Amino acid sequence: MEAYDLAVIGAGPAGLAAAAAAYEAGVKKIILIERDREMGGILEQCIHTGFGMFYFREDLTGPEYAARFIKKVKAYGITFKLNTMVLQITQDKTLVAVNKEDGLLMIKAKAVVLAMGCRERTRGAILIPGTRPAGVITAGTAQRFVNMEGYMPGKEVVILGSGDIGLIMARRLTLEGAKVKMVLELLPYSSGLTRNIVQCLQDFEIPLLFNHTVVDIHGQDRITGVTIAEVDIETKKPKTGTERKVTCDTLLLSVGLIPENELSKQVGLALDPATNGPVVDEGMATSVEGIFAGGNVVHVHDLVDNVTRESEIAGRSAARYILEQKKAATLKLKTKAGQGVSYVVPQIIHAQQMAEEIALSFRVKEVYKDKRLEVSLATDTKTKVIRVRKRRILVPGEMQEIKVKKEELLAAIGTGESASGLVLTISVRKEDEDENE
Amino acid sequence: MNKEIICIGCPMGCPLTVTVEAGKVTNVTGDTCRKGKEYAEAECINPTRTVTTTVSIKNAMYALLSVRTSKPIPKDKIGECVRHLRRIEVEAPVTAGEVIVKDILQTGADLIATKSLDLYQ
Repeated sequence: MEAYDLAVIGAGPAGLAAAAAAYEAGVKKIILIERDREMGGILEQCIHTGFGMFYFREDLTGPEYAARFIKKVKAYGITFKLNTMVLQITQDKTLVAVNKEDGLLMIKAKAVVLAMGCRERTRGAILIPGTRPAGVITAGTAQRFVNMEGYMPGKEVVILGSGDIGLIMARRLTLEGAKVKMVLELLPYSSGLTRNIVQCLQDFEIPLLFNHTVVDIHGQDRITGVTIAEVDIETKKPKTGTERKVTCDTLLLSVGLIPENELSKQVGLALDPATNGPVVDEGMATSVEGIFAGGNVVHVHDLVDNVTRESEIAGRSAARYILEQKKAATLKLKTKAGQGVSYVVPQIIHAQQMAEEIALSFRVKEVYKDKRLEVSLATDTKTKVIRVRKRRILVPGEMQEIKVKKEELLAAIGTGESASGLVLTISVRKEDEDENE
Repeated sequence: MNKEIICIGCPMGCPLTVTVEAGKVTNVTGDTCRKGKEYAEAECINPTRTVTTTVSIKNAMYALLSVRTSKPIPKDKIGECVRHLRRIEVEAPVTAGEVIVKDILQTGADLIATKSLDLYQ
């Protein structure tokens, strides 16, 4: 059994940031465990730019962004194990892992940061009918093939889903000589950035069809084509009579990401069904004492800059836990996704021990224009609006952030309130709408 | 001449109509903030893009080395740039930031490595 102060699972952007932040906060005996053959995670295959605009105020590629943190982790002398898969975490923070050199490996840690990231939804997750030929792959898999391994997945491509990875791959495959015939989107809007729609599709005259999906897959050994159809905006069901066949040798799926929480479930962490990630507090502490989490394992982010910031909080909190052995204070608020909001992270706030100001991350349910974002605090006896922000546009594809201050929360709670029943709600309201639902 | 473009300044994605006369933007409509005009100027007079792609690499952990142009190049040269790079093969070790092709296609931009790859086996 090897003993460490802190074990970080996953050396992608989240794990790298958490490990570096914990080290900077005074924890020296740290182990970083990565299942791939190098550190950096998904950033290594994201060779396009757009990373670091907020964190570094520079426009970096994925590998360049990752390298800055890998350099730090190496300079700090943090132990890292590559090609190593963590199989289990126990409540007393013992990790069971496996790799070729050590075989089965037991690691005992005082605290753990979960930084496993997320994985792509596949054909099975969205239940596309049809045969099961080769050539139906996720956009991220194609990205790894094209950008790192040197394989082209096909020559004639249809892409289902207009998330950023799908858009980026439309451009990438076109530049590498494939014909990208179209991008289909089930919804009436794209969850991708406008910049990507312009620079990845319009620059190359690739059509983007909203309210469309794939209803059939053809081909025996290799995919030969798909049947596409328009869907009803309300029911999302294919409209009969709108089906048409499109030949292709590859179907790329860019249909969403799911936080990777097998280990979290095993150790019994409370999960939030809205995010598919662990329930966390303002310090990214999960429901099991000494286990923290950050990045896409908690909720899927759009920007790596936010993954870094969130995971630095997780790393610093883990360091504080190791060095001070502090228990959470009793005054506890729950956050709630109100009208028009699909989730809020963190789910729990300890108002007495929080930083002077914290950011609440959330997503809205649909596209809203000229609305107010409202943060209100409900106690057993009253509801008080503590913050209102006007927003010209809110889109589900862009994670939103609103800040709350410790003093305003404590003032709104007042004195003599019971520690239970405190709920902080974020809602989307029309400009002229009353605060009562 | 009128050009229809979508502003990429924010998720609003305002549809802009840009009037270009004698190589100058003389009018922009459809913009709802100052970003619209700035974007219209840049996009209609001399649209540029930073190109990110790969070149073949020998004796490295991977078959490919990721690269980028050191600054944005004219948009209409992207295709030529990527085709030009198909013939290029480098050898490990390579350090991120290293110049792979100097002044690519006389654009004034260098092609630089975005990843360090060590000699492998």
